[in-house]
Amino acid sequence: MSSLRFTEQALSTWMRCGGSHSEIVISSRMRIARNLEHLPFPLLASAEQAEEALSQLAPVFESSPAPGLGTFELVKLDELDELDKKVLVEKHLISPNLANDSRGGAVILNEDESVSIMINEEDHLRIQCLFPGLQVKEAWERASAIDDIFEDAVNYAFDDRRGYLTSCPTNVGTGLRASVMVHLPALVMTQQINRILTAVNQVGLTVRGIYGEGSEAVGNIFQISNQITLGQTESEIIENLHGVVTQIIEHERNARERLLAESPLRITDRIKRSYGILSFAAVMELKESAQRLSDLRLGVDLGILENPSISVLNELNVKTQPGFLQKMFGDEMTSTERDMYRAKLLRETLGSQH
Amino acid sequence: MQCQECGVRPATLHFTKIVNGEKTEFHICESCAREKGELIPGTAGGFSIHSLLSGLLDLEGAGKGKAAAATNAQGLHCEKCGMTYSQFSKLGRFGCSSCYKYFDNALDPLFRRVHGSTSHVGKLPKRAGAQIVFKRQIDELKQELQQSIVEEEFETAAQLRDQIRKLEKEMAQ
Repeated sequence: MSSLRFTEQALSTWMRCGGSHSEIVISSRMRIARNLEHLPFPLLASAEQAEEALSQLAPVFESSPAPGLGTFELVKLDELDELDKKVLVEKHLISPNLANDSRGGAVILNEDESVSIMINEEDHLRIQCLFPGLQVKEAWERASAIDDIFEDAVNYAFDDRRGYLTSCPTNVGTGLRASVMVHLPALVMTQQINRILTAVNQVGLTVRGIYGEGSEAVGNIFQISNQITLGQTESEIIENLHGVVTQIIEHERNARERLLAESPLRITDRIKRSYGILSFAAVMELKESAQRLSDLRLGVDLGILENPSISVLNELNVKTQPGFLQKMFGDEMTSTERDMYRAKLLRETLGSQH
Repeated sequence: MQCQECGVRPATLHFTKIVNGEKTEFHICESCAREKGELIPGTAGGFSIHSLLSGLLDLEGAGKGKAAAATNAQGLHCEKCGMTYSQFSKLGRFGCSSCYKYFDNALDPLFRRVHGSTSHVGKLPKRAGAQIVFKRQIDELKQELQQSIVEEEFETAAQLRDQIRKLEKEMAQ
């Protein structure tokens, strides 16, 4: 069971190169929701119907692989143990919904884990493409190309007035959810964040925590995505998101510069203090580690810290999650044990960088 | 206060929505919330988009005109999968693609509230889409045809009619 290769490494290969604006933008994600004609949506599908959806969709990628994306592998959720599911969620390769609530759920992943195709989630088909940094357009082009391959092989539920039909009315039309994960510590510190997030809501975008709908923003990482899927074209949605994120980057950059110019000692102290605590603490809660890792990330960008690299920090963000910790240090853990092992992991990773 | 759903346990989740100045309150217990799958994993308590949506969909208790519309909508059901509109408004999710057809009358206001729009303008599937492109063109020409008849421009009308026939022939192939 533990031989699933997608849960061995914390950092997907696609995350290893930065992409543009990587000092602020962590990743760009595109998700397309599609359904098969004639079958009820997964919510109402019987076990046989879920199986049928899977058998229609799963072979599509075996016969016509997308160029340049490497080989694809199908993973069925009911063949995974709980821990592997948890790790896949922590790596953003599957949604919490697919991990916990799906019947006949499966995911098709490519080698570098930049493409994740979920089957029998809330919709029959959810194509997800991940790119490092700000690359919304690139992510859309890839997702759309994969969409075309599926469309060649199966009949989608489509209506000429409503567009692509989805289980949830919030996805109908384009079925598109474009999102960008951004790290905004300076806007949080200077208390500008709420004003900006309110403004974002007014232009048809929404802000969520890093694990999607309902999750909390930890470590100053926010996920900004489109709210509207009907009545706008895909390129309008993407350009709108790109435009707004570009402005947010600008604000964050200004705030960082101002922080450094106006209170260099305070900011340096905060960052080095976090580095010290992460390097030596014996017990570390997730919330604190996320906050302190955010300080380190800011420190690296401001030139206050030389180490660790952004890639190590990205890796730690995933490794400090409960599922991955248990994967690394043994199966069952109480939360106190987790906090202890989290501290150990951080000490060992960051301590070696001194 | 008792839970609105089970009527047994005390309500611990309270949710107020205000739409155009009309206030509606929901009070349910945690276990009903969890049963309905509305409790988000990892958070102590809160409502997912589905329950927010069902708040939007639930027209009960709204103004008089809306109440009449609600009664009509509540009677709707999907002949394909059997989902009723009131189930849909509770779950916030459709049962199958045919629900869109059977609930059509009730959907425009919903989509307008959620998306500010009621029709798709984005990507079209290539195979089914080809037909739709024809259909859209023909619809447009038909409108122009009506217009030219009203304006008594019969020469233009004749041209438009021929164009429509040609497109219809192509579409049939």
